[in-house]
Amino acid sequence: MFDARPQHNEYLRHRAQQFRSQVERRLNGSLTEDEFRPLRLMNGVYLQLHAYMLRVAIPYGTISPDQMRTLALLAEKWDKGYGHWTTRQNIQFNWPKLIDIPDMLDALAEVGLHAIQTSGNTIRNVTTDAYAGAAADEVADPRPYGELIRQWSTDHAEYQFLPRKFKIAITGSEKDRAVIAAHDIGLRLRRDDQGAIGYQVWIGGGLGRTPMLGQVVREFLPEADLLPYLEAIIAVYNLSGRRDNKYKARLKITVAERGLEVMRQEIEAEFLNRRAAFTGVDQDYLAALKGLFAAPAFREADEGDYSARRADHPAFRSWTDTNLAAHKAPGYVSVKVTFKAPGQTPGDASAEQMRLLADLAERYGHSDLRISHDQNVVLPHVHKSDLFALYQELRGAGLATANAGLISDIVACPGMDYCALATARSIPIAQEIADHFRARDLEEDIGRIDIRISGCINACGHHHLGHIGILGLDRAGVENYQITLGGDGYDIPAIGQRPGAGFPAEEVVGAIDRIIDTYLELRESPEERFIDAYRRVGVAPFKAALYAADA
Amino acid sequence: MSKGFTPSPATPAVITANDLRQGHCVWMRDGGWTDDPREAQLFEDEAIAELALLEAMAQGTLVVGPYLAEARRGPDGRPEPAHFREAFRRRGPSNYFHGKQADLGSSEFEANNV
Repeated sequence: MFDARPQHNEYLRHRAQQFRSQVERRLNGSLTEDEFRPLRLMNGVYLQLHAYMLRVAIPYGTISPDQMRTLALLAEKWDKGYGHWTTRQNIQFNWPKLIDIPDMLDALAEVGLHAIQTSGNTIRNVTTDAYAGAAADEVADPRPYGELIRQWSTDHAEYQFLPRKFKIAITGSEKDRAVIAAHDIGLRLRRDDQGAIGYQVWIGGGLGRTPMLGQVVREFLPEADLLPYLEAIIAVYNLSGRRDNKYKARLKITVAERGLEVMRQEIEAEFLNRRAAFTGVDQDYLAALKGLFAAPAFREADEGDYSARRADHPAFRSWTDTNLAAHKAPGYVSVKVTFKAPGQTPGDASAEQMRLLADLAERYGHSDLRISHDQNVVLPHVHKSDLFALYQELRGAGLATANAGLISDIVACPGMDYCALATARSIPIAQEIADHFRARDLEEDIGRIDIRISGCINACGHHHLGHIGILGLDRAGVENYQITLGGDGYDIPAIGQRPGAGFPAEEVVGAIDRIIDTYLELRESPEERFIDAYRRVGVAPFKAALYAADA
Repeated sequence: MSKGFTPSPATPAVITANDLRQGHCVWMRDGGWTDDPREAQLFEDEAIAELALLEAMAQGTLVVGPYLAEARRGPDGRPEPAHFREAFRRRGPSNYFHGKQADLGSSEFEANNV
C-alpha cells in the first residue's frame, strides 16, 4: 500500500505544542504582536482580511486518504466546511480562530501533516508534477527528491532567516509540469548518456511584481550532488541576496543584478566546499525514500466496458477526453478531478468532497491523491475498467466537470474576498468568465487554454504564466484589471505581456470574449491552441480587438 | 496603521482591527470594540482620532493591527466604508454568505450588496 506519510509525527507533535505555548503567551500578553507574528508565520498562520488563515503544506502535492480525511475534519470542525487548494500544493483554511489553531496542528500532526515553513523567509513547500510516479513520459519519480529536500530543509538553522521566501520545484520528465522556470530553484530530472539520473538546475525564476524566468545554471548535476549543490546556491543567495529592500530580496533579483555567470562561479566554488561534507548518508536515505515511493502493484486486466461506456455516454466520453492523462502502466490512467464546476470558487473543496475523494482513492486509486498546482486534485492510478464507476460517483458529488485544461478551469487566487494583500477580487471574475463561455457553449471548441487571475501584483494566481493573465488592481478606489497575453508555465516558459490599459470589472468578460473571438477567427485549425496561434500571429490582432474603440 | 489621510469632517474615519482570539473584524466604539461596523465611532477630528488610535494600539491583548480607515457618514448618520476594501471587510466575501453578512444577519449585509 502506498504511504508517503512523513515519519516525523513526534517532531510534529512537539512543534504543535511549542506553538500552543506561543499562542498562550500571546493571549496573556507575554508576547506582543510584533514578537508573535514571526512565530505564527513559521507555523503557517496569517491574519487575513476577515480572519486568520492557516496554510497547510501538502508536500510535493501527495496526500493519502487518511490525511485527506483529516483536512476534511479541520474544515468541518474548525472552519466553515471547506478548504482552498493553492497554486503551490497547499491547502488554506480561511476562518480558523487563533485559539483553535493549536488543536488543528495537533490533528494534522497525528497524520504527519503540518504547516511548518508554509510562510516566512524560508524554504517553502517543495512542489512537483501532480502526475509524479504515474506519468507515461517520466524519467523518474520526483517525489523522493522532494521528500529529501523537505526533510533536509525543515527547521534547517541556515534557512530560517533567508532574505525572502524561497521556492523549489521538481519535474520528473522533460515536459515541465511543475513550472520550474518560475521558481527560485527548478530541477528537471533527466538521464545522461550512460542512463544515470541527474538534474538540470534552473535558478532565479519567480513571479510577483518583477516576474522573471529562471535560467539554467547547470545542465546536468549528478544525482548524489543534489543537497550540496542546493546548499551552495542558497548559501550564495543568503550572503549576496538583497536585504535592504524586501521587493528586491528574491534570488531572481540577485541573479539579474549580478549576472548568471558570476552566480554560477560562486555557486560552483561554494559547491566544492560543501560537497566534501556529504559522506553519502543522504544518498542512503534517498534510496530508502525511493522504496517508500515505490509504485503500487498495478493489476493486469482488460479495459472492461470502458470503450462501450464511452460510446454510450457522451458526457462520460467528454470527461475522459479532457480529464485523463497518460499513465506508465498498461490499462491505467491518471484522473484529474477539477474543482472548477459552474458557480464554484476555483480550488475550494468541501469536507464532503474531500471525504469522497479519500474513499474513491481507496476504492479505485491505490490510496493515492495529489493536489495539483492548478488547484485541482489528481487520482494518479486508476484502471480504465474502473473509470465509469469512478465517474458516476464523482458526478453524484458534482465533481465530474469535464473541463480540465479548458477555459473554465481557471486558476485564481483568493483575491480581496479573503486576502489582506490583495487590491481587487479574483473569484467573481473567474466565475463570470467561466459562466460566460459555458453560456456560449464554446468551451470544447476553444480547446486548451490557460487563464490565470491574481488579485494583486504578488501574483499568487500566477497570472504572468496564463495564456491569458488577469491582474486585479486598485485604480483610484475602483477595481481594475490588467490583461496579459502569451504567458506559459509549461511548454515554452514565457511571461505574459500587457497589450494595453486595464478594464473595469464589468468589462473584463467582454474583453476576454473579444480575445477568444479573435482567436477563433484566426486559428488555422481547431487543433491550433490559443497559445500557439498567439505565438504565430503576435499580439497585434488581439490588441486591435481589445481596444477597437480606441483605434 | 493609519492609511495616510487626516480625519476631518470631509474625510471622517473609523478605527478598525481584528479580534486577537477570533480573528474577525471589529470596530472601535467608545474606546471598546464592536462586531457591528454600523456601530463604529466616526472620527472627524484628527487629534481625537490619533489619540483613539493610540488607545486602540495599547489594547494588544484584545485586538490586532488597529488602523484608521476612511469612512463616510451614511444617510442614517452611521459610518459607511469609503473604499471597497473596507466594504469587503465590513460585509464578508462575495463567494459565500460568510463573515459579517452572516454574523450580523441583516439584509444590509447580503452578498454582493457592497
